[in-house]
Amino acid sequence: MFPVLQEVTLHLSEGFITTFRIFIITLLLSLPLGLIITFGSMSKFKPLSYIIKTFVWIIRGTPLMLQVIIVFYGPGLLWQLPAMARMNAVLIAFVINYAAYFSEIFRGGIESIPKGQYEAGQVLGMTKAQVFFKVVLFQVIKRVVPPMGNEIITLVKDTSLARIISVPEIIMVAQDYVSGQALIWPLFYSGLFYLVFSGILTILLGYTEKKLNYYRG
Amino acid sequence: MAILKIENLHKSFGKTEVLCGVSFEIEKGDVVSILGSSGSGKTTLLRCINFLDRADAGKIYVEDKEVFNAKLSNLSAKDIRKNQLNFGLVFQQFNLFPQYNVLDNVTIAPKLLAKESSEYKRNKKEITEKIEENAKALLERVGLSAKLLNYPCELSGGQQQRVSIARALALNPKVLFFDEPTSALDPELTGEILKVIKDLALKNTTMVIVTHEIEFAKNVSNRIIFMDGGVIAEDGAPSEVIDNPKNERTKAFLSKFNELNGN
Repeated sequence: MFPVLQEVTLHLSEGFITTFRIFIITLLLSLPLGLIITFGSMSKFKPLSYIIKTFVWIIRGTPLMLQVIIVFYGPGLLWQLPAMARMNAVLIAFVINYAAYFSEIFRGGIESIPKGQYEAGQVLGMTKAQVFFKVVLFQVIKRVVPPMGNEIITLVKDTSLARIISVPEIIMVAQDYVSGQALIWPLFYSGLFYLVFSGILTILLGYTEKKLNYYRG
Repeated sequence: MAILKIENLHKSFGKTEVLCGVSFEIEKGDVVSILGSSGSGKTTLLRCINFLDRADAGKIYVEDKEVFNAKLSNLSAKDIRKNQLNFGLVFQQFNLFPQYNVLDNVTIAPKLLAKESSEYKRNKKEITEKIEENAKALLERVGLSAKLLNYPCELSGGQQQRVSIARALALNPKVLFFDEPTSALDPELTGEILKVIKDLALKNTTMVIVTHEIEFAKNVSNRIIFMDGGVIAEDGAPSEVIDNPKNERTKAFLSKFNELNGN
């Protein structure tokens, strides 16, 4: 039993490293991209805003699994491009998908900041960029942490979709034990990894919220 | 030389004409109160002068220099910023920056502005210290020396409004505008704001105050402008406008006010 436990732990940990990589890279890239998409969708230049809104609608309106498959197989089948690394396909699909969701959260946050904040900055001679980065952005961050936390926890579990194009994340590794060795417990064990990880994230998010709570408003 | 001259300002929102040709001049050291019922265009006038709204027609001069001309409407963002710095504006809702403490609320704009000067790189420390000294002095003047490190949410409405007055003064505006500075406050807190404004008046600060506090306006200002329907209905010394109004609308407004106050 114990050598097996050790072996499973090792394999699942390797799978989890892949899971974690998808998670962290997606998070780090989709946050800034999401903010850029927000600017696009809030742009006063209507054509741009319509294009971005349609884009967000398509990305949010179709399954992430489908997007992963299309990014991986699409270029080869449509334009005979050489296949890209599986991991890259996953990351591209995930970053775009999460950026679309984040952009809507940012937009809600930005639109919830009272007009008076902008006007106060303006009459104090600040540039538009200064008003946004010195006055507004921080307040937006405070307001979006709770909904963002929701998405981040969802992202932890969405990483399992990578297995659809055979990226060996933790569930795929665990499932190999089911089909190869008729062992069910590695599946439960993999669930434990998710629980611990999302538990740590919940604590971190709670801590962040608390830190940002030094002021009201 | 008039410190501020407004010439024939017009402003409409959709089909509603809010300002229908407003002109006036103020001299350095003037304290002008603008009275009038809701919808008479007082706030819009202030917003147009402070470039928060763009007037449809008219001109604005500061010390005889044209800073706005609706006909040459393509002011660059840079010009607008430069012109805005002639004035300070205190809002009805304070609009302090909630994430910064009291001192930072007052220093943030001067610090950002200082960074643009060529001297900044050489005398960074000195300039920053000077800005902070000045901010502390201003906060002392409005009676908030003990609250430098507090956040706006920890202050009463009256204290917040006093911070916002200090914040506006920190940029050394030529004219300080107040948009109903006491309207968002409980009656027992309005006194402290009025005291600060009175103190500024004694120190010869040029101010334009949109207010509903008629008694206060009479006390603090050397001139009253009564607005009605987007035009100036009456303009003169407090003793003329308030005690001996000539315009029918002014009379009606004042008698309604007196009725409400049981006079």
